[in-house]
Amino acid sequence: MESLHSIFVAPFADMVAAPDFFLQVVWEGLVSGVLYALIALGFVLIFKSSRIFNFAQGIMVVFAALTLVGLHERGVPALLAVPLTLVVMFFLAVAIERVVLRPLVNQPDIILFMATIGVTLFLIGLGETIFGGENKVMITQQLGIPTGSWTMEPFGGFVSIEQKDVTAVVGAVLLVIALLVFLNKSKMGRAIRALGDDHQAALSVGISLSTIWVIVWFISGIIALATGIVWGARAGVSFALEVIALKALPVLMLGGLESVNGAIVGGLAIGVLEKVFEIYWGQPLLGGNTEAWFAYMLALLVLLVRPQGLFGEKIIERV
Amino acid sequence: MFYRVAGQYKTSYQADYALFPVKQDAFLLALILVVAFVVFPLTASDFMYRALLIPVLIYALAALGLNILTGYAGQLSLGTGAFMGVGAYACYKLVTIFPELNIIVAIALSGFFSAAVGVAFGLPSLRIKGFYLAIATLAAQFFLVWLFQKWGWLYNYNASGAIQVPNTQMFGVTVTGARASAMSQYFVVLSVVCIVTFFAINITRGRIGRTWKAVRDMDIAAELVGINLMKAKLSAFFVSSYIVGIAGALFVFLWRGAAEADLFDIQLSFRVLFIAIIGGLGSILGNYLGALLIVALPVIIGTVPAMFGLPISSAMVEHLNTMIIGALIIGFLIVEPHGLARLWAMIREKLIIWPFPH
Amino acid sequence: MNAHPDHHIIVAPNEDSIAKGETLMEVKNVSLAFGGVKAITDISFDVRKGEIRAIIGPNGAGKTSMLNVINGFYTPQIGTITFRGQERRAMKPHHAVRQGIARTFQNVALFKGMSTLDNIMAGRSVLMKRSIGWQMLWHGPALAEEIEHREKVEEIIDFLEIEHIRRTPVGKLPYGLQKRVELGRALAMEPSLLLLDEPMAGMNLEEKEDMSRFILDVNQQRGTTIALIEHDMGVVMDLSDRVVVLDYGKKIADGPPDEVKNNQAVIDAYLGVPH
Repeated sequence: MESLHSIFVAPFADMVAAPDFFLQVVWEGLVSGVLYALIALGFVLIFKSSRIFNFAQGIMVVFAALTLVGLHERGVPALLAVPLTLVVMFFLAVAIERVVLRPLVNQPDIILFMATIGVTLFLIGLGETIFGGENKVMITQQLGIPTGSWTMEPFGGFVSIEQKDVTAVVGAVLLVIALLVFLNKSKMGRAIRALGDDHQAALSVGISLSTIWVIVWFISGIIALATGIVWGARAGVSFALEVIALKALPVLMLGGLESVNGAIVGGLAIGVLEKVFEIYWGQPLLGGNTEAWFAYMLALLVLLVRPQGLFGEKIIERV
Repeated sequence: MFYRVAGQYKTSYQADYALFPVKQDAFLLALILVVAFVVFPLTASDFMYRALLIPVLIYALAALGLNILTGYAGQLSLGTGAFMGVGAYACYKLVTIFPELNIIVAIALSGFFSAAVGVAFGLPSLRIKGFYLAIATLAAQFFLVWLFQKWGWLYNYNASGAIQVPNTQMFGVTVTGARASAMSQYFVVLSVVCIVTFFAINITRGRIGRTWKAVRDMDIAAELVGINLMKAKLSAFFVSSYIVGIAGALFVFLWRGAAEADLFDIQLSFRVLFIAIIGGLGSILGNYLGALLIVALPVIIGTVPAMFGLPISSAMVEHLNTMIIGALIIGFLIVEPHGLARLWAMIREKLIIWPFPH
Repeated sequence: MNAHPDHHIIVAPNEDSIAKGETLMEVKNVSLAFGGVKAITDISFDVRKGEIRAIIGPNGAGKTSMLNVINGFYTPQIGTITFRGQERRAMKPHHAVRQGIARTFQNVALFKGMSTLDNIMAGRSVLMKRSIGWQMLWHGPALAEEIEHREKVEEIIDFLEIEHIRRTPVGKLPYGLQKRVELGRALAMEPSLLLLDEPMAGMNLEEKEDMSRFILDVNQQRGTTIALIEHDMGVVMDLSDRVVVLDYGKKIADGPPDEVKNNQAVIDAYLGVPH
């Protein structure tokens, strides 16, 4: 009886009793959710256009952030380091297309997936070799990102909001809008979307497959850099980020592998739910640190009910 | 010249089903076994046992377990590390609750615990397919490692949170714990690995192996030729997790000597996956070749440049190692998606027709 | 000898309780829809023991869906299938196999990474009973069972004249041979009803003649009842005893080949006369 109470009643009572704290928890979750959504977005783009389950999206975030900080450490001014990092990400996209994708075109999905694991490992090694394996601090101030915090007093309580988090959210929203405009309005964007449905049709638009792939991977690189900056500002730049970035996978599963909207909604939902679960159930009842697995278990449960994810299309099997 | 199949006719299906239908293969295996059981024990140093031989065997066994699930039955798993952990913790609980239990029996029993957990996390495979299934094994990975940390009973509420392997004896020889000699541990590991490999070869080449491969190649067609998908998938999860669990128990009891939950993190899962990929998915031999490569590579990178007067720091060895393994994976997938095992098969074909290639 | 003959589930075609010419399978008032799209509407027909029954019709007529209903892959919303006197609507495909229904597919559905031998052996999975314990040991009962089934499979390999590709991974075989291996895999199940979905699609004339001969031999020598879908009218008229014609998911004709050939509704359907 008591345990039922502590599971089903007490947490909600706590939420109502201290709504300002609940709001703070939701906000924190939302900010992590934005980051999950961004990683998932880069992932969905690649999957939509090439059916590749790109395991390397997480490490691309780390690699972009490391490059940015590393360049700055070597005396490049912050605002010049950003475009230089983008150039690096572009060449990375070209290299991946040339060395990995082109020779493996038409191979089974699982082979391509494994190849992206290889890319992940290679980039970890390369990043460590060039920039060293130790943690770095993101050059937040040098990039002009505000670092103060605002406080608000809703419900007669107290909520503190970091300005860099607000910057992250605003930046992410702008990035998503730009991306959607690109995908829906430009010829290249339409070709990328068509590619997910039909290779031949996309080719008839008159853009070569290699070009599309380079561009898609480059866009994922841009998203990776943006993610790396905001995430690095919160938690520092380290290879541990790669494991956190794996959470983009449950986000994707929840949203459905091909849905841009699904990635965003899934990211926000997982960010908020895992934080709320941790604070109100995980810490008091389970000894904490439930964020390590909550997202995966949630996605697993959802998939058991809807194997195609929340936003995926129903699969009809045929022979 | 040495590999001659001409003249080796098979007059019965029985002969065709011998473990090694070609005499030279049997000879080669006998040679390897002699080296493993006689030559190494006479020559190897403790360093050789602990840095090379024992880890190669244990990693190969773990990769063999994963290979049954991923390479034979086609179900991708990213949770091997955690399943190894289940085997290790189960073994620890068994030997601490029943101190009289023979260590080999404890290890064999601990596999059943990981098998049960594996089947539980394999249940979603009946509904979820392909990449979506990776989420189930990732959930297992992160949840189980979390459980290893939080559930004090598992590590007998040690203040350190770690499990410490006790000294156990077999036939009067100490085989686990701080007092065990490297050679005795090597013999235990080698024997277990040989037996499990023999069983694994037999299962994969018979009816059950065929149903697994059928499910891997085309699950709908498998169902339509009468294969019960649930049985096929769950049996693959069971056998795979059993072997992985045993590997986990060996990993801690006969090699590391102690373990914390973090030892079984996702990096371990990946290392085993790399061994399976580089060695060759859908092969038994490949696991050994892959493990040898993955274990030996950092040793080579650490020593060879030094011989040429280019000593590199241990951190750099690790970085280069990671990079090279990544490049190797990509290279293999492009050149030979079936890994080292297929490479050996090709060399063997060449040897059979050498020196008259036409 | 098989140590565990499972007569309750699998009855070899020749020791059958149903006499030649009697009804083996009956489809009664079957309707199937996907969402709002109707694939099959109120179709009834029967298959008699020992005959070759053809199901024909223009593209999209619902022929493959019909086969999928018969072997349990799709469950119809309305109607029943009666096989060997047992009536049912829904069933798992692997149960259909156990009852003696085997099939091949329009787009070859072989196990690409496995050899010809393994593919056909996989067809005998339901007939093999040795537990995992015996399989681990291999020597003894598991090996005996393996050899017993291997002999049956080698008979099929001989029959289909594919000895030379026994060890070749089927993914590397030309299309015509893949179709033949697939027939072999279906035969390995020792079915009493064999469903063939366009067995000659994509074949050249010579390959078609070979395949026709195999189908006739299976029917005559092994006594297997066959229901097949085929587009080549010449082949259908030569092979089949009776023909059922579908159009837009409905049955428009049923009878011997000559009769069907001259049926006005059939001619209209093939010429595309608007309804």
